[in-house]
Amino acid sequence: MREVAIVAFAQTRHTGHDTGLSEPELILPVINEVKERTGLRRFGFTCSGSCDYLAGAPFSFVSALDALGAWPPISESHVEMDAAWALYEAWVRLQHGDLDSALVYGFGKSSLGDLRTIMTLQLDPYYLAPLGLDQLSYAGLQASALGAEREELAEIVRRSRADGRANPYALDLPDPEGDDGLVAPPVTDGAAAVVLAAGDLATRLTSSPAWISGLAHRIEPHYLGMRDLARSASAADAARAAGVGKGPVEVAELHAQFAHEEIILREALELTGDTVINPSGGPLAANPVMATGLIRIGEAAQRILDGRNHRTVAHAAGGPCLQHNLVTVLEG
Amino acid sequence: MGNRCAVIGVGQTHYTTRRRDVSIAGLVREAAVRALEDAGLTFKDIDAVVIGKAPDLFEGVMMPEAYLADALGAAGKPMMRVHTAGSVGGSTALVGASLVQGGVHDRVLVVAFEKQSESNATWALSTHLPFNASLVVGAGGYFAPHIREYMRRTGAPGHIGTLVAVKDRLNALKNPYAHLRIPGIDQKMVESTPMLWEPIRYLETCPSSDGACAMVLASEPAVTGTPAWVHGTAMRSEPIFRAGRDTVSPQAGKDCAADVYRQAGITDPRRQIDVAEVYVPFSWYEPMWLENLGFCAEGEGWKLTESGATALDGDTPWNASGGVLSSNPIGASGLIRFAEAALQVRGMAGEHQVDGARTALGHAYGGGAQFFAMWIVGREKL
Repeated sequence: MREVAIVAFAQTRHTGHDTGLSEPELILPVINEVKERTGLRRFGFTCSGSCDYLAGAPFSFVSALDALGAWPPISESHVEMDAAWALYEAWVRLQHGDLDSALVYGFGKSSLGDLRTIMTLQLDPYYLAPLGLDQLSYAGLQASALGAEREELAEIVRRSRADGRANPYALDLPDPEGDDGLVAPPVTDGAAAVVLAAGDLATRLTSSPAWISGLAHRIEPHYLGMRDLARSASAADAARAAGVGKGPVEVAELHAQFAHEEIILREALELTGDTVINPSGGPLAANPVMATGLIRIGEAAQRILDGRNHRTVAHAAGGPCLQHNLVTVLEG
Repeated sequence: MGNRCAVIGVGQTHYTTRRRDVSIAGLVREAAVRALEDAGLTFKDIDAVVIGKAPDLFEGVMMPEAYLADALGAAGKPMMRVHTAGSVGGSTALVGASLVQGGVHDRVLVVAFEKQSESNATWALSTHLPFNASLVVGAGGYFAPHIREYMRRTGAPGHIGTLVAVKDRLNALKNPYAHLRIPGIDQKMVESTPMLWEPIRYLETCPSSDGACAMVLASEPAVTGTPAWVHGTAMRSEPIFRAGRDTVSPQAGKDCAADVYRQAGITDPRRQIDVAEVYVPFSWYEPMWLENLGFCAEGEGWKLTESGATALDGDTPWNASGGVLSSNPIGASGLIRFAEAALQVRGMAGEHQVDGARTALGHAYGGGAQFFAMWIVGREKL
């Protein structure tokens, strides 16, 4: 595989409320930031991730394109998924060998609707969606299948929110009260952008590129009854394909929107007790849907770009109860 | 451009107003199974699945790839969902090809669909983001002014659109999968239908279809059966609201064509491309795209159409399958163009086969004529 690195990452200061910014207005500052940081004005390929249902109108990505100033016309694509998969598409495109740089971005304004109910609409429309399972109900089913201790779950939430308070981009959320294990992730608006560069260009753009040494994703059956909800077979398969276990993992940024998902993912990725989990605060501290997975990759990469770590892992998820998982290994 | 990639299987459903007999999952599986049968393979032989469709509001299912993973044999594999508006079917093929060309996978299943009967596409296209102007007129209302501007610039006479509508529908009579199969279709019949958006009459527009299309793509060592080799792939996008954008002949379309022709070694598209499957949802887009894609000089497209050059027996046949005008499951429409181009160079297009077709263009566009996806496929390796 051709060597490709993350050379720049930017994210918005995420909010728990609608600030009135349109999606292009949300995206523009982070695009400008990664352009300034790399000095690149044009990219070989551009790919984004978003979801029309957050805005309740088709073609969210169309007006987002205006934020790019895509003129002259650019080579561009879009996934209706978390932008972690946009990064995957861009990484694949760079493997062809004819392009050296890619811009990836993702955005989500979850505040515009009722996110918990909207997530119901991604379920099988004939058999599951009519049951009215919302995001909290199916997360509850999984937490129950796992059977984790309430105190362990509460501790994950406390740690994540404390880390989030120390992260200028995440929300300032108070410690959870009591021992409520199933604390929902915050409803968050935000965006993020990443620049990928291949080979020599990466080393020219930064002294410490975050090389992508492994990148893989897998999906599982959709029906909750067809899976062992206490485990994530697809995350484990993706982790093995990405080579997570080939070396020590200093930091793992996991797309765990609920505390119990962190426990399932730690086991699937075979992370040891030495690995620091979600020092950014993770999705429990800021969860701009469709950018959250890309932010995990960006946060894991930034630690290498800053020289703080040598080997980090990032994870992104999609679908109900961690149905779809993507794992990235980054090395300095 | 990376490793070689070939189309080794094509599967389509019959396109029709309402497929009440199948769920969305049943619809996509039907196309996928046919593509696998064509390639002589099963789901087990597939390394990854790429799925495309137009806005989720068309069926009311958010990110349906999660629900469709089981039906497409994707469990345990990588699966991706592409969405680039009307061009999405083309982009889906290109993302699938990219996985092979980038050396990531050997066999990729690409599927695109729309089950428009589950919802109301014109309504879904007419809702808008807050603070944006909405014309509440669907796609035809958006494109009609651009067509009128084309007529003003080129002096094209009013009957050109009807010629395309008749030609594509006559071709559709030879395509068993086509949605609109209208016996006795002629210019008079088209002209007798109501004016929807001046100058577009009812029979100059595409239908709303249910349907799915699938392809199996393979690396060179993984080829089975009859391959259509991918000679070039390109995507281009431009902003919808840029002042000064030429919506009649968008720069992104010209750049995309130039890129894909360069890769495929095409310098004279009209002579070197034997058959083209081009995204023409409103009849007038044939002469407009003839110019945009460099098949003739600016202002000459309507003359080429009028001369009969783009007919099935003309010297540069366009939309031998009947095109988008005859079948329009929106999210799949682009992929159908790409798949029909592959069928032509594989010599497997049946009654609408263009004799001796060796090189074919697949084309899709979307959004406000701002997203483009194209590929050139050929009988021989390049």
